[in-house]
Amino acid sequence: MSQETYKRIRENPKFQAFVSKRNVYSVIMSIVIFVAYYGFIVLIAFDKAFLATKLSVGGVTSIGIPIGLGVILLTIILTWVYVWRANSEFDAEADAIIKESVQ
Amino acid sequence: MKPIIKLSLAGLALAGAAGLAVAAGGDLGQMQKQATNWTAISMFAIFVGVTLWITKWAAGKTKTAADFYTAGGGITGFQNGLAIAGDYMSAASFLGITGLVFGSGFDGLIFSIGWLVGWPVLTFLLAERLRNLGKFTFADVAAYRFSPGPIRSFAATGTLVVVAFYLIAQMVGAGQLIKVLFGLDYLYAVILVGFIMLLYVLFGGMTATTWVQIIKAVMLLAGATFMAVAVLFQFGFSPEALFTKATEVHKLKDAIMGPGSFIKDPISAICVGMALMFGTAGLPHILMRFFTVPNAKEARKSVAWATTWIGYFYILTFIIGFGAIVMLIQHPETYYVDGDIAKGLIGGGNMAAVHLANAVGGDVFLGFISAVAFATILAVVAGLTLSGASAVSHDLYASVWRRSNVDSATELRVSKITTVALGIIAVLLGIIFEKQNVAFMVMLAFSIACSANFPVLAMSVLWKNCTTRGAVVGGSVGLVLSVGLTIGSAGVWEAALGFEEGSAWFPYASPSLFSMTAAFLVIWIVSLLDNSEGAQKERALYADQLIRSETGVGAASASSH
Repeated sequence: MSQETYKRIRENPKFQAFVSKRNVYSVIMSIVIFVAYYGFIVLIAFDKAFLATKLSVGGVTSIGIPIGLGVILLTIILTWVYVWRANSEFDAEADAIIKESVQ
Repeated sequence: MKPIIKLSLAGLALAGAAGLAVAAGGDLGQMQKQATNWTAISMFAIFVGVTLWITKWAAGKTKTAADFYTAGGGITGFQNGLAIAGDYMSAASFLGITGLVFGSGFDGLIFSIGWLVGWPVLTFLLAERLRNLGKFTFADVAAYRFSPGPIRSFAATGTLVVVAFYLIAQMVGAGQLIKVLFGLDYLYAVILVGFIMLLYVLFGGMTATTWVQIIKAVMLLAGATFMAVAVLFQFGFSPEALFTKATEVHKLKDAIMGPGSFIKDPISAICVGMALMFGTAGLPHILMRFFTVPNAKEARKSVAWATTWIGYFYILTFIIGFGAIVMLIQHPETYYVDGDIAKGLIGGGNMAAVHLANAVGGDVFLGFISAVAFATILAVVAGLTLSGASAVSHDLYASVWRRSNVDSATELRVSKITTVALGIIAVLLGIIFEKQNVAFMVMLAFSIACSANFPVLAMSVLWKNCTTRGAVVGGSVGLVLSVGLTIGSAGVWEAALGFEEGSAWFPYASPSLFSMTAAFLVIWIVSLLDNSEGAQKERALYADQLIRSETGVGAASASSH
């Protein structure tokens, strides 16, 4: 790619908007996973009894099991959500910007 | 079949002092040699035969340095996801986490979650940028605009230090595990691992390593799935029924359904959490895998698949651990020392999954799971060696010493020589550390990765004003602090170095909260104070780097064949 292309991309207002949109999205997703995981850890550190609470009267399964499995599933789902959006929407926008600038 | 030191219990005792059972995921402790297991050895021989045949095929395709480092960039996202999972799910995490669930129930779940949460962070912040900026090693990414000499020397050091500690833990674990599973001597086991691994990497490079990791991942996932389904089948696929039975027979009774002594002090918990979360994004052998796919799209897919498989695997380990609680106790004479439940499992708590394999699938399945455990170590060791070799040949030799003025054939030859050297070093380290307590080493590798490699990588990619000087000084501070503070923690100072109990001068299980913060701060301050001519140039280059990292324009593409 020529310096000219880089210059055109750099000066394209769509590129700046694209980068900041995706960065905001990355940061928000990171914060969600951060809060979910450290929330879980802090809950364990400060309120063990809550996680040991039974799901049903007379039952054995504690509330900690679905919460723990929930963190695992959330991790997987959030990763796919990000990848799905990046591979469709973001890549399409990036391609459009490149195409505009290459001509 | 005589008893034996309790493995995971040793780890737990250590962790009890430190706040978190970090040992369970990384170390298998000392084990006693068992009778030679011919079923396991035959299964393993089949695995080795198949993988060596693949290596032969891969060798024909490994002609250039690019083939050697990245399999020519032609791996698909799905394949790479499996390979990453194969690289990451170590034998110690399979046996250690199931052992932890077997010993204390819910605590095992807490532990396994920590090993998963680094993946989304890596996906959101680094995966595609890494792919767009890099070529063979993660140092390429930082060297896009930084002065290649200092930044590559630093990155190669960070890589080799992480690889060394990770490798010691794997080699010692391999020796101990094979003693128990196959009934082979420690020395032979370590040499065998080193030799077979060397064949893969030396002749098949990244192509062979990738396929070994994929096959191993599929075998491990299939074996673990079979065990989990067999356990659930016994309880009519009702987890509640499984848990009910487990709380009846476990010595901790209902306490296994909630958090136990696993997290004592919140600072240690947060430190370990940070080491795992950000360390994953700084492990050189994992980062290297992102260059094996053709573009950013496939890089993202690979990390999504990797997260899926690893997360699924941790759910299985939880079920397997509970299955071991209820099923092994039904035949104490087979699985417990002297048939006495109070004396613990034969081979120690970390053998829970292995004994369960026997309980649900008999001798043949036990042989299969043992072979999988061995294959797992080979796959991880091969990935580590390849990553170490590329740091030496690509970063230090070709880029720093020869200033990129070297042809592909020479670079390939240097990487092969380095591979042989690393293989020999790995075997020697395995022998030297046989009797040592290496429980802290995997956590140390993660702490260094998150305190030295990750801050440099993140700041170089995401922050315009970062300069070479800032990155190298800050990264070095993170490296020195993470190693120094780990030496002062109970896991090393008391357990490994033998100083008296209570004399450890660093109170937490991992230094990452402090060492990683320090690294970021120093990078920030030194970069801001850096007004050299080079720094101005580096900042000016950021605009172009941003375009390439965000859009993939000008990114290294798959090499043609």
